[in-house]
Amino acid sequence: MIAEDLKDFKKFTPKTLSQEEPLVSGHRACQGCGEVLAMRMVAKAIGSPMIVVNATGCMEIITSPYPQTAWAVPWIHVAFENTAAVASGVEAGLKTLMAKGRIPEKKINVVAFAGDGGTADIGLQALSGAMERGHDFVYVCLDNEAYMNTGIQRSSSTPFGAMTTTSPAGKITPGQTTWKKNLPAIMAAHNIPYVATASPAYYLDLMNKAKKAALIKGPAYLHVFSPCPTGWRLGTELSVEISRLVVETNIFPLYEVVEGKYLVRKNTKPKPVEEYLKLQRRFSHLTPELIQVIQKRVDLEYEKLIKLEACTQEPETKGEVKEETAKE
Amino acid sequence: MEVSIAVSEAVKLANVDVISAYPITPQTHIVEHLSELVADGELKAAYIPVESEHSALSAAVGAAAVGARAYTATTSQGLALMHEIMFIASSMRIPLVMTVVNRALSAPINIWNDLSDIMAQRDCGWVQLFAINGQEAVDLTLQAFKIAEDPRVLLPVVVNVDGFILSHVIEPMEIPDQETVDRFLPVFKPVIRLDPEQPVSMGILGGPDVYTEVKKQVEEALIGSQKVTAEVWKDFGNIFGRNYKPIESYKTKGAETLLVTMGSITETAMTAVDVLREKGQKVGLIHIRLWRPFPFTEFFQAIREAKVLAVVDRALSPGGVGGPVGLEIKSALFEQKERPYIAEFVAGLGGRDLPVEVFAEMVDKAGSYAQKQKKMRYEMIGVREK
Repeated sequence: MIAEDLKDFKKFTPKTLSQEEPLVSGHRACQGCGEVLAMRMVAKAIGSPMIVVNATGCMEIITSPYPQTAWAVPWIHVAFENTAAVASGVEAGLKTLMAKGRIPEKKINVVAFAGDGGTADIGLQALSGAMERGHDFVYVCLDNEAYMNTGIQRSSSTPFGAMTTTSPAGKITPGQTTWKKNLPAIMAAHNIPYVATASPAYYLDLMNKAKKAALIKGPAYLHVFSPCPTGWRLGTELSVEISRLVVETNIFPLYEVVEGKYLVRKNTKPKPVEEYLKLQRRFSHLTPELIQVIQKRVDLEYEKLIKLEACTQEPETKGEVKEETAKE
Repeated sequence: MEVSIAVSEAVKLANVDVISAYPITPQTHIVEHLSELVADGELKAAYIPVESEHSALSAAVGAAAVGARAYTATTSQGLALMHEIMFIASSMRIPLVMTVVNRALSAPINIWNDLSDIMAQRDCGWVQLFAINGQEAVDLTLQAFKIAEDPRVLLPVVVNVDGFILSHVIEPMEIPDQETVDRFLPVFKPVIRLDPEQPVSMGILGGPDVYTEVKKQVEEALIGSQKVTAEVWKDFGNIFGRNYKPIESYKTKGAETLLVTMGSITETAMTAVDVLREKGQKVGLIHIRLWRPFPFTEFFQAIREAKVLAVVDRALSPGGVGGPVGLEIKSALFEQKERPYIAEFVAGLGGRDLPVEVFAEMVDKAGSYAQKQKKMRYEMIGVREK
């Protein structure tokens, strides 16, 4: 059970952060990349011994241009859509070799990283399969809300209204015409022990969730907001700022789903979505009417989340949980 | 014993660590039996019931990368779905073994046998072996692990077993005992693996400055694997008393016409050779066991006395000079000063039956076309044109 898995879990404080850097500097990420920042935090929080499985994408190419590597831990990339399947094989291989006494018996954290395209689109089948089968690894979706490595094309994780090269703001359509696919909800529907959303602006929260995800036996899914200044037409100095605003506006609420129970970081006084949207040129074409449409949807989604929390919490623990989240 | 069951028993004897597979007809008996062996604790391995063939091969690559002996099996559409990962597995030098239970590719959807599935994977950089009967299917499976894992090779190996007409046949076979297999095939010792004690990065980005060299290394390893395969076969012969060669000859002495076959149609074709020999015709047969790397020297040696080759292709390369086997042989012989006349027949597609008489027909046609020096790309046998 999760309580047992987390019995030695201690929350990180700035002073207790590990000195280890599984992902070292010198990689080729763009200036202000929020994705590599998030990935470094996850890797640092989980730490050695670990094996990283990486999908094709920005994080793969910027960390592994032969003959260099930014990885100080074992790392494998096979293809785009199969990260969860490769991680399944890695996990099953380790488990069997340990059971047969061919490698020393110890916990090796298997961590899979993929972008939103590699998770919500092309890799969804492999991910669903791996989660359903119950492999013990952490899957991290670094969500920068489009195919950035290929040059800013829309994915099913691109938010409504956002302009990309394949959802341009045209004379008829105002950028992306569909609502962002709710991947954490899909993962929660797999009834896996742990699902969480995180944002690099809340770095301790992000790292605590990564650590929990690794400690919990069975599949864990982390959905991490990962700003892409290049693709979002955002100032490169604003990555952390935008990672905070997205939470403060309730566009990207922070929550955990622990064994099916939702725990939401409350934000009863959200800032208007416009504050978030106006900093990014991908939203610059939006009319006040469209911004209102987005505002309504964001409010509705947040309400739904709060209701989900209320109906999944057992009555006697409800009070404790609220206190817990308030402290954070 | 059914050949599929025997193949899974061979996989068990090979002491695999991870099996990842997705069910598809006619591969199912192999993976069903393997899951039973794992469920009963007779085989200490992880069985990953993946959600697609693409994931089956991907998971096998992941398992092999941490140093596990990995196995999968598929056919037809499943193999086509694996196509992307086939190339990656060989270029990442991942040793693993796959049984392909050969079946036609859709459309129309067809579950019966031909070689169009594996022939579409010709250039993926895997060692490719073909079994003509159940005993070979068992033996080649055991040998495949030893070839794949040799530090001089480090490539994936596919063992081809014809769907239904071989996979579902019940025939007497010798299943070796564990002790002898262990002597032949020791525990897998990976050259490199994903090990937190000695971190490596696998599957890196390689630009124009290194890509060519990587491809050349794979080519050299694949060509070099023939020497290793010969050693493995010698070793196998010494231990088990059954001997294997890349090209096998049957009644080729004094033969003017040679049938060229692959896979389980070979034994039917041998019967045709027997019948024709009794009638006084100078006919023989060679069959290609090692398809990749193609054993050029052994092939030239095997056909050196023949005047006519009747090549049987069980796949079609539309719009080209013929089927893949005919194409290979014609281009291999292009630089030879003296070469036999080549009559290529595309036959047995989608499970169309190939009885003894059809092979006799091909031999007859090949003889008469050779006399007329008929210019032909290929002839499709038994096709209804109206």
